[in-house]
Amino acid sequence: MQFDFNSTDPLYRQVAAQIEDAIFSGSFSEGSQVPSTTEISKEFHINPATVLKGMNLLVDQGLVEKRRGLGMFVTRGAQETIREDRRNQFFSNDVQKLVAEAKQLALSADEVLSLVKRGYEEHE
Amino acid sequence: MSSGIEIQHLSKQYEKKTILHDINLKFEPKTIYGLLGRNGAGKSTLLGLISDRIFPTQGRILFNAEMIHDNDQILGQFYLMSEVDLYPNRRRVRQLFRDTEQLYGEFNRKYADELVKKFGLDDSSQYGKLSTGYRTIVKLIIALCVPATYIFLDEPVLGLDANHRDIFYRELVETYTERPRTFVISTHLIEEIANLIEQVVVIKSGRVLVDDSSEALIAESYAITGPKNVVDSFVSGLNVIGSETLGNLKAAYVFGALDDRPIPDVITIEHMDLQKLFVNLTNEEETQNDAL
Repeated sequence: MQFDFNSTDPLYRQVAAQIEDAIFSGSFSEGSQVPSTTEISKEFHINPATVLKGMNLLVDQGLVEKRRGLGMFVTRGAQETIREDRRNQFFSNDVQKLVAEAKQLALSADEVLSLVKRGYEEHE
Repeated sequence: MSSGIEIQHLSKQYEKKTILHDINLKFEPKTIYGLLGRNGAGKSTLLGLISDRIFPTQGRILFNAEMIHDNDQILGQFYLMSEVDLYPNRRRVRQLFRDTEQLYGEFNRKYADELVKKFGLDDSSQYGKLSTGYRTIVKLIIALCVPATYIFLDEPVLGLDANHRDIFYRELVETYTERPRTFVISTHLIEEIANLIEQVVVIKSGRVLVDDSSEALIAESYAITGPKNVVDSFVSGLNVIGSETLGNLKAAYVFGALDDRPIPDVITIEHMDLQKLFVNLTNEEETQNDAL
């Protein structure tokens, strides 16, 4: 697991985002246990309360669940939930940014589409 | 009745020099604090006052609404690890642990042994024969193993190499999780503890400059970067605490709300980290310029 705390989001959101990434990539697979709050705090020198706040955010989103006495586990369907969520954000976050940049570069919609196709071909 | 430590209108003068001026602070139970300030700001004096090693010129310190002064029952719940070496040089490390146990009536020997191993400390060695780093480690081990519920760490990583500092931060989390208690950490290595501390107190020239949660502080600290003239007009009227320029590019550091002013396309707004905020808040030159 690799955490990268560079962004300027509140720390607990960054903690949640990093765990979400690990769930999405399958590093933390569905049904498996996620590292405990203490483990994460120790490893990255983060206040346990902050880590817990991040973890609770994931519980609220239904991505992890607490099993009493055992710890936190990735829920069934968590990956699909994240995928759906990210698809919903894809237009507002990525496509609109792409279009804004393309307009600044005076690229037409067709030209952008053909670039996107090329991108698909070159990307495995 | 409030719980925790409450400092009211505390001032300390040495001869005619004011070291601390009208300090009002609270230290709540089970919380990790960062006590930050430049050299000579008054941090060590404040910690000395809280642990009743020195006495205030004015004001008072309460614990659960009782005066701490000369109150052994209260002071037994505080532990101050300071830069000053209080231990006899010829005493062996193991004996120091035993001395502490006698003084405090309790000492987590099992955890101390674990820490001795983790830090690679030779506990049969005489205290005076240890390197600066290992003397700090001995003091740290004692601070983490005493039964006190308020632990004050004045420069806890002095002379420690990167590996030993890493062990210390991990153990701090470990022991805090196992037995939550208050830690007040005074250090110059702000970056290393920035994410560990929940509350931040900044002292500048003997006065409390900041007393807030780290989260709230970061949320209202901004670095605004862009062309000089655009940045200058954007930040006019805001609380600018510092700036840097590189040719026509300017970064202005703002502490406090940005209000609803429109943000020009050519500037970027980010949050400052704690270290950057601290440097800008406590920069002496900046203050002098403001005063002119």
